[in-house]
Amino acid sequence: MIKAILIFNNHGKPRLSKFYEHYTEDTEQQIIRETFHLVSKRDENVCNFLEGGLLIGGSENKLIYRHYATLYFVFCVDSSESELGILDLIQVFVETLDKCFENVCELDLIFHMDKVHNILAEMVMGGMVLETNMSEIITQAEAQTKMEKSEAGIAGAPARAVSAVKNMNLPEMPKNINIGDISIKVPNLPSFK
Amino acid sequence: MLGYDVSWAAFNIVEVMSSSKFTYKRIGYLAASQCFHEGTDVIMLTTNQIRKDLSSPNQYDTGVALTGLSCFVTPDLARDLANDIMTLMSHTKPYIRKKAVLIMYKVFLKYPESLRPAFPRLKEKLEDPDPGVQSAAVNVICELARRNPKNYLSLAPLFFKLMTSSTNNWVLIKIIKLFGALTPLEPRLGKKLIEPLTNLIHSTSAMSLLYECVNTVIAVLISLSSGMPNHSASIQLCVQKLRILIEDSDQNLKYLGLLAMSKILKTHPKSVQSHKDLILQCLDDKDESIRLRALDLLYGMVSKKNLMEIVKKLMLHVDKAEGTTYRDELLTKIIDICSQSNYQYITNFEWYISILVELTRLEGTRHGHLIASQMLDVAIRVKAIRGFAVAQMATLLDNAHLLTGNTQRNGICEVLYAAAWICGEFSEHLEDPMQTLEAMLRPKVATLPGHIQAVYVQNAAKLFATVLQKHEGETDSQVAQETSQLLIERLPLFVQSANLEVQERASCIIQLVKYIQKLQQKNVEVADEVTALFAGELNPVAPKAQKKVPIPEGLDLDAWINEPPSESESEDEKPKSKAVFAKEEPKHSRRHTEVDEKELARRREVRKQEQANNPFYIKASPSSQKVFDAPGVEHIPVVQIDLSVPLKVPGMPMSDQYVKLEEERRQKDKADKKKKDKKKKREKRGKGRKADSGPESEEDITPAQQVDIVTEEMPENALPSDDDDKDPNDPHKALDIDLDKPLADSEKLPVRTHRPEVLKSPAEDRENESIPQESKKKSSKEKKEKKKDKEKDRKRSKEEKKKKKKHKEVEEELMESQPEEAVQSEDTKEMAVPPTSAEASDLDFWLSSAPVPPAAQEVTAPSSTAAVDTSSAAAAESEPDEPKDTEPEDTKSSKHKKKKQKKEKEEKEKKKKKRHHHHHHHRHHSDGGGEDSVQNGTVEDEEPLPPMSNYSLLAENSYIKMVYDIQGNHQDESKVVVSVIFENKSDSFLKSMEFNVLDSLNSKLQRPDGAGPHDGLTVPFQLPPGVSNEARFVFTVQSIVMPQKLKGTLTFIVKSEESSTHEKLDFKLHFTCTSYLITTPCYSDAYAKLLESGDLKGSSLRLEGVNMPFHHLLARICFHHHFSVVERIDSCASMYSRSIQGHHVCLLVKTSDQTVTIDAKCDEPSLLGNVLDEIKQTFSKC
Repeated sequence: MIKAILIFNNHGKPRLSKFYEHYTEDTEQQIIRETFHLVSKRDENVCNFLEGGLLIGGSENKLIYRHYATLYFVFCVDSSESELGILDLIQVFVETLDKCFENVCELDLIFHMDKVHNILAEMVMGGMVLETNMSEIITQAEAQTKMEKSEAGIAGAPARAVSAVKNMNLPEMPKNINIGDISIKVPNLPSFK
Repeated sequence: MLGYDVSWAAFNIVEVMSSSKFTYKRIGYLAASQCFHEGTDVIMLTTNQIRKDLSSPNQYDTGVALTGLSCFVTPDLARDLANDIMTLMSHTKPYIRKKAVLIMYKVFLKYPESLRPAFPRLKEKLEDPDPGVQSAAVNVICELARRNPKNYLSLAPLFFKLMTSSTNNWVLIKIIKLFGALTPLEPRLGKKLIEPLTNLIHSTSAMSLLYECVNTVIAVLISLSSGMPNHSASIQLCVQKLRILIEDSDQNLKYLGLLAMSKILKTHPKSVQSHKDLILQCLDDKDESIRLRALDLLYGMVSKKNLMEIVKKLMLHVDKAEGTTYRDELLTKIIDICSQSNYQYITNFEWYISILVELTRLEGTRHGHLIASQMLDVAIRVKAIRGFAVAQMATLLDNAHLLTGNTQRNGICEVLYAAAWICGEFSEHLEDPMQTLEAMLRPKVATLPGHIQAVYVQNAAKLFATVLQKHEGETDSQVAQETSQLLIERLPLFVQSANLEVQERASCIIQLVKYIQKLQQKNVEVADEVTALFAGELNPVAPKAQKKVPIPEGLDLDAWINEPPSESESEDEKPKSKAVFAKEEPKHSRRHTEVDEKELARRREVRKQEQANNPFYIKASPSSQKVFDAPGVEHIPVVQIDLSVPLKVPGMPMSDQYVKLEEERRQKDKADKKKKDKKKKREKRGKGRKADSGPESEEDITPAQQVDIVTEEMPENALPSDDDDKDPNDPHKALDIDLDKPLADSEKLPVRTHRPEVLKSPAEDRENESIPQESKKKSSKEKKEKKKDKEKDRKRSKEEKKKKKKHKEVEEELMESQPEEAVQSEDTKEMAVPPTSAEASDLDFWLSSAPVPPAAQEVTAPSSTAAVDTSSAAAAESEPDEPKDTEPEDTKSSKHKKKKQKKEKEEKEKKKKKRHHHHHHHRHHSDGGGEDSVQNGTVEDEEPLPPMSNYSLLAENSYIKMVYDIQGNHQDESKVVVSVIFENKSDSFLKSMEFNVLDSLNSKLQRPDGAGPHDGLTVPFQLPPGVSNEARFVFTVQSIVMPQKLKGTLTFIVKSEESSTHEKLDFKLHFTCTSYLITTPCYSDAYAKLLESGDLKGSSLRLEGVNMPFHHLLARICFHHHFSVVERIDSCASMYSRSIQGHHVCLLVKTSDQTVTIDAKCDEPSLLGNVLDEIKQTFSKC
């Protein structure tokens, strides 16, 4: 089982968090923080497996992560998953994102969070791997996007919703988002299949 | 969401979820999946919404609902939706199927009762034609089996087949992992697995698969570890492959290699030991995870020979790894390595003590108490070392300021606890007790944590006794008096301590000393009496001893000692109960100086009672640990002395010198031994040691000291241990369900019923429950019965089949094996003939495809075991060119091969057939897969029904073939759904398919909002060559009394490698009146009322020359015309159906001699006429 999937950037800002077990918001934040601390202090060229942190499941679990440009993709899995298999799954995930967004970068994940979630939902469901075939994932994701488009998409939402969002009083508006070279370069790793 | 609380929006999320637009629905479900959980109260509002979405004609609505549900399923949702999801498991779209299969795991977890009813279907999905669905099913079963493997053993043959046939690495990995969990339960399975697994190891290029194979082979080897002659080849192969992994430059592989290596280590340490160099090399790796794994490995690799060397290396690493958690890890590992299996590998305890003392110099370690407990353990249990240990500890105490100098060193001052205790307890070994006493009473001691001070004070008293003893004989009692004076001067410091324990002990002792001083001044000899205070031995006690004290007979702690007190009597009760407990109060046993057998035994008894409360009870048990980490350690102010340079303490031993000494000693020993008589066997010296310590080659390394490791005490009649209690809260415990038992009638998934007023009798009720609500295709009552008994039937037939097969094989065996050893055929017969219970014997049979049953195997000579090997190897499709070492058995193995091949052929054929059926019977899902309902006999043992399909041809050309089926929908009286299966017959890729129909006034194709009335609908998929897929189109109809034909066109682009052409295919969609009928169950009394009501108009039909069994006839009407059987009496049956607009249609079917008469009644005569015409047509066709 996959217990959680986390994506955060080099500064520990979460970009996607998917927990397949329920935790309170506080615990989730702690988990993300702890995971970031564990993962971020590791050099490049060390192995991608970590014995699990204290919060999420303890010793039975492993953190399996990959670092692409500014983002860490971390999967927390238990002993029933194959380590190398999950590594490959991360690769498939990132490549799929890359195909769906055309040169995916961190900003894509910020602005299209729902899309990322939807793609992930085609790969992993309820903590179990659903599909590993990239073309199948893309076909399904695109078919759904098409359906959305045929419904005039999210843009067709009533104008008052838009204005409501505009008038929303966000406590911390991001002042300037300046992230250097953020496009994720997907190396051509030998395929797992 | 992203770590923020959005629970306030829960209700709004539900609103968005129920939006009719997919865009919003998807967002709603996404939000729900992110923030709903079992505690969310609005979740119960979603049940109906989810159910609606699950049965939506749009596959993505269903998909989104499933995905969402997987994240927030609750026990209630699971119970309510289990049946709907189960129906979806047989959905026509693999996309939905795989999601439905996967989510079943979550449903099982939340609603364990659903496991048994759903399991047969889950099992079917293992052989689904779609690899995605198959993989999902494997996934779910693997998750289930991981927790309760024994219930899934019976699936092993199926998985074995999958393993040898599948090419999907994901599936393979899962299966192989599953086998890893199963083999410990069934060693025979392991034997069967080894061959294909080794083949996979040799052939695969995927590292992940290789790794999992190696892992499972290891698991197999562990399960076989006893009694198997030679799997050394397999072990060698594994170790060799792992070495390749470890040597790889990829850190990930290195890590995994080490991880797997540590598993081999447990059972086959020798084969790993040869790679010591490699593992030591890994200790230098820059990656901490890898270093830690390598450390784990070292643990199992030490021997008497190399312990010192390895520890020396580790000590080097300790020096290098200043101030990291890795260093702490190293420290614990060093101690683990040395102390493992009762200090088995330590030959020189002086060396070990000095290692421990060296470790105390580590700055900022957390593991002070670990070192301390080791020191105590060694000093207590190894009598010979006490002198040395005491000397070392005295030095430590003397230099205590080095350990306590820095607040950061706090953890390490724990060792002073051990040092003080050892010096006190074994003070007779001290050279200069006076000096140590002085060191223990220094003012700085007051800065130590309270529990350490307490030990200091207590042991100062012991030292005092020793000093008195030593000097009393002397005429000049100067020294003794000085000592008393010293104590009286220094102890008040402790009396002021904030720690109660310290205060109390100090007060006691100071009074004692004052009294002694008075006696001394009167020149009374007191030494003996003072020493007697501390006389007696403290023996080590096994960690679990306390737990294992048997409960005395007649002791029932739950019983009332006295009558339950009434409120007023509580005062009276007190003295009574006091009397009861007074007997059990521990007696102090330390004064006994004479030791005889009885005395010892009694003391042991008493000590057992005492241990719990005794702070000096030192064996590292959980309870004693508490003493070490007493609270408040951090809060005690410590005076800081900044020592930037760690001082080399004079007189501190250097462990390195022991290594050299040891070398020399061994050399000498060897030389000595050569001189001695070689034949004379050396006695092992360590008396208390475990009997077989270490490999034989190392036994001639003698320990440097005469070592007597005192074994830990256990209560005389200790209870056998059963420690592995399972966590009662484990959700998987509920899933520990026997899946092989046939389903009982009561075990059905709860179904929401649409017509509660129809349900009259409970028996019928149950029958009704067995029909999934969505099963609109569901046909006759007969079939219902079949479904109910389907499980039993299938099992029965399977059993029979198996039995037959067995018999056949026995015969074969007998014929072929007559010239062979009689034993074997005998065995086979014995094994195959008894008709044991179905599943178990199936499995047994499969597992012992080698003809010798396991019991016989262990007894028979090695040659026959080898035969087993070869034959099982042959059965497992080994390469034929592999050399077989048992030539005479060759004939037999070839025979097995033949058999196996034959079996395979059969299987293939079966599979083909199955595929075929699957293709035609997409709509049979409510019957649990087409071939079941069709091939199994009915309850009355009538002959099986021929295959049927409701899909009729829509149109066909050289590129594409379309078949269609029309279904009504109860929820909407004006809509029908047309499912069209498109099959690509060409070699080219078909894309941009557009489906268009010319609407009539009565029937219209439902198009998305905004589309014109003549626009086509895009088919939501493309078709690669040879692939078929299904699309659904919704039509609205006004009147349903007349059949209709709609003209339509399919346009598509044929894309081959060079060209792409537009193609067009015209078709006519035929809406029969039958397609407006929905299979609806009805019960005889309701049916009778309906007929009595007189609203219905009758009509009749006569069919001649119908040449088929009556039940076939009924099945056909049920299947093709959506009727259900209400009642059947001999050759007469009443049937019922209902149209989407609520018209009742009743039939009375009678048959005699190829003539069938159907009397029909309906409230709409034209509808009835048309339906009867269609029935007539159906039978005229055949």
